[in-house]
Order: sequence, then structure tokens, then C-alpha cells
Amino acid sequence: MVWVIKPAVWVLCLAPLAWLGWLVADAVLLGGRGLTANPVEFINRYLGDWALRFLLIGLAVTPLRILSGWKQVVRLRRLLGLFAFFYVVLHVSNYVVLDQFFNWTAIWEDIVKRWYITVGMLALVCLIPLAVTSTKGWIKRIGGRNWNKLHKAVYVAGAAACLHFFMMRKGLQYEPLVYGAIFASLMMMRAVEPLKRKLRAA
Amino acid sequence: MLIKNRKASDVLGSEITPKSVFDNRRAFLKTAALAGVGLAAGALPSLPALAARTPLSGVKKTRWSADSLPENDPVNDYEDITGYNNFYEFGTGKRDPKANAQDFKPEPWSIAVEGACAKPGKISFEDLIKPHTLEERVYRFRCVEAWSMVVPWVGIPLADVLKRFEPTSDAKYVYFETLLDPEQMPGQRYPVLKWPYKEGLRIDEAMNPLSFLSVGLYGEVLPNQNGAPVRLVVPWKYGYKSIKSIVKIKFQSAMPPTSWNEAAAREYGFYSNVNPAVSHPRWSQASERRIGEIFKRKTLMFNGYEEEVAGLYTDMDLRKWH
Repeated sequence: MVWVIKPAVWVLCLAPLAWLGWLVADAVLLGGRGLTANPVEFINRYLGDWALRFLLIGLAVTPLRILSGWKQVVRLRRLLGLFAFFYVVLHVSNYVVLDQFFNWTAIWEDIVKRWYITVGMLALVCLIPLAVTSTKGWIKRIGGRNWNKLHKAVYVAGAAACLHFFMMRKGLQYEPLVYGAIFASLMMMRAVEPLKRKLRAA
Repeated sequence: MLIKNRKASDVLGSEITPKSVFDNRRAFLKTAALAGVGLAAGALPSLPALAARTPLSGVKKTRWSADSLPENDPVNDYEDITGYNNFYEFGTGKRDPKANAQDFKPEPWSIAVEGACAKPGKISFEDLIKPHTLEERVYRFRCVEAWSMVVPWVGIPLADVLKRFEPTSDAKYVYFETLLDPEQMPGQRYPVLKWPYKEGLRIDEAMNPLSFLSVGLYGEVLPNQNGAPVRLVVPWKYGYKSIKSIVKIKFQSAMPPTSWNEAAAREYGFYSNVNPAVSHPRWSQASERRIGEIFKRKTLMFNGYEEEVAGLYTDMDLRKWH
């Protein structure tokens, strides 16, 4: 079953990037305005939105397994996680290249002075070791148990990403709250399951 | 030898576009815009906004014309100025105001004038504008989010309007308020800020020749998403000081509350002068992205209007009074 689903997941995960590619091509070639008057800002937010969405989709795999009992779904988790990381890297690259144009002084100032960027960078730092150790070789090298422990860092990354989004918006806006609520409920479902098991055993 | 002292905003001979070129450009823009409207209106007859582009007559050219700005400050195009807006009353996305402001009714409109002045009362928009000659002012517009535009406003000097109400010596500040009407302004259904939007200026800032009440853009009536029917423009301050859709003007002795200062005082001070040396907790203000350009440029002190306004702030610590 998964062998059919995997290519489909690939296509769906690349769709947002393809759409962005279309908007860029349309703007460059046909003078389209889909990127708004401020393309750099638009691309930044677009990639950031999708990075956060894929992070949450990856975090939804375990709750989905618990709720549906469909065990095979776990085999999609690594792919979804890597796609989340892929969009995070694009988001940060856009910030470094188009937004700041490799102005490392300005970037460092942003990281230390502007809390929402500090928190965003924390999310990135949490995700790097997870992406690096995503291969079978690494699982063997550090052992399944340690690997599982290490990959709990995705919870920190998810929380930091939601906070980064919330802090970045001005005033009290509801959109970041929706993402925060989704993250919180995904975490809650994880906590409830072992509790249930214990109750059943008792 | 003739020694001339030049203001930053004065025109250099080298900066003057020959009138014929300028007029041609205008004519071209107008034709292009009209053609665009015609095409769009033909294709989408149900969009009322596109029909709402009304030219304003009798607009006087001033020394703040497009030609007075340096060559690297070309006027932004109409689409960008009217399609990329921060107007949270119509939503927090940059494209929300254009999408959500089309049913907004900027007429009939009246403004309540209150407080320390000899002639308070309610004044209709028409009566507010009637005694004045409309002027074109092409100003740089700098958003606190570190982007900027060059906008050809049409309107009247704020000082000329305020003087008509005969402010008393107690009038140390002027307070402004935006319309509160969640029916017409869907963004006000969410508590992004404490509505209505509030802003204020010190009286000498308000009386500065640069301070402007805008009622138009590109020689046409101000579109709803840009703050119709009347908005403030204070070009040496961050954009959010330029309150839109004004319904109240109040003279008072105390410094008025302002919406963004109420929401986050650490980030948004009362003065909000464009200042590349004072870093904002959210955005470095040292540089900005001009709409239409990819790479950033250096931000100018007081947005390039230093010679006209620096005198307002001598002896003030602009870090403290940011």
C-alpha cells in the first residue's frame, strides 16, 4: 500500500514549491502580480507557512496511527519530516539570500536582537541533527533507542516554529493561534495514548 | 561668487525631467491606466472598485513634485500603491485591504472637531476641502516593516486645515481617530488592535509644512484601501502615523494615546520618526526595501526630510522618544 502512497506524497509535498515556481515565472515573464508588490516578503512568508504546515503534518502521523490504527502510516513519517526540513531550509535561504543578501552582520544582529528570529533559528538548529540522522546508516550507528530519543527534538522545533509565527505577526492575530492550537492538540494526543494503555493494564 | 544653500529636497538642474518627457509619461500612464480599467471593467463588469477611479480637477503642482526627488526615487506605480497596503481594518494581509475595502462607503463623510479650539463642531468632508486648493505632493513613504514607496498624493496642507478651527494655546497635541464600523470594516471584527485606530501629533509637527491631509492619489480620488476619503501623511515618520479614514480631530494639552503604542509600547513610540540609528525590536531600520526593487537601500534620517523637520526635535533624545 505504502509503495503507491509514497509517490503521491512526493507529488503533494512538491506542489507548493511548484506553485511558487509558477508565480515566479509568471511575474518574471508575464509581469504577473501573484508575488505582490514585495516578492521577497511574499516568498519568505509563503515558504515559512509551508515549512510550519509540513512540520505539523509530520507531527500528525503518530496521532493518526493512534486514532486510525493504521500502522503503515508511520512509514511516511520520515519523508514528511524531511520535506518539512526542506521547506525550512528554503525559508531560511530566502531570508539569507534575497532578504539580507548575505549581510552576516545584519543576520547576526537579527538573531541576537530580534526574539522571533532567535526562536526561528532555534527551530532550525533542532531540525538539522534530525535531518542528518535520517538515514538507515545513522539509525544503526546510534542505535534505535537513542535515535528515537534524539528525534524527540522535533517537539521543541514544532513549539519554536509556532512561537516564531506568533511573535512575528503584529498585534493580536488569530492565524498563529490556530497553528498553535493544532500543535498543542497533536502533542496532547501523544500524551493521552500511553495514559490509556496504563489504565487498561491496571 | 554666488553661494547657494541647497536643501536636500530642492531640485538640482540635473534632476529635472524635461516637461515634455514628464507630460508624456503622465499621458502614457493615464492612457495605460484607463485602458487597463476599460479592459478589466469589460472583463469583470461586477467589480465596482474599478469604476471608482475618479479624476480630481484643479490640482496644483508644488515644489514637492516628482521632479524634486532624486533620480533613484522614481514614483511607484498605481497598482503597487493601491494593491499592497497595511490597513488592518480590512484585514492583516497586504492584499486584504484592496480585496475587502470595495464596499466601504467614503461618502457621505463628516469629521468631528473637538477640544482646545475656537471652532469645534462637525464638518462635512466637502466643507473640509472646499476652501482649499488641492496640491500634489510626491513623498517617500516608509513603513516600519522596512519597505518603502514613493507616492504622488493629492491633498491639502494639514496646517491650513487645522488653523481654520483656531486652536487655542492649550492645543499642544492633535489627536486623530479612524472610523469604527465593523459592518464596513471587517478587520475590526477581530481584536488585532483596540479599535478604533488612534494616532496623534505634537502641534508643531502637525503645523510643519510637510504634514499633509491626502484625499487623492495620482490625480484621482483616494481609493478606499489607501484611507478614503481623507488620511494623514507625515512623510518623515513611519507609515502607521499616517492615520486613514479620519472621523475625528481633537486638540488637546496632553499627549494622546496611539493604537500601536497601546499595543506594544516597546516597539512603537509616540513619535515614530524614521531613524536608521534606532533599531526596532522587530526590524533593523538601517535599511529598507523600496517596492519594485529586490535589494535593500540605506534608510535616510527622517526619511530624507531632515532639513525640514530636524528642528522639531533638537534637545530630544530620539532613542528615548522613538
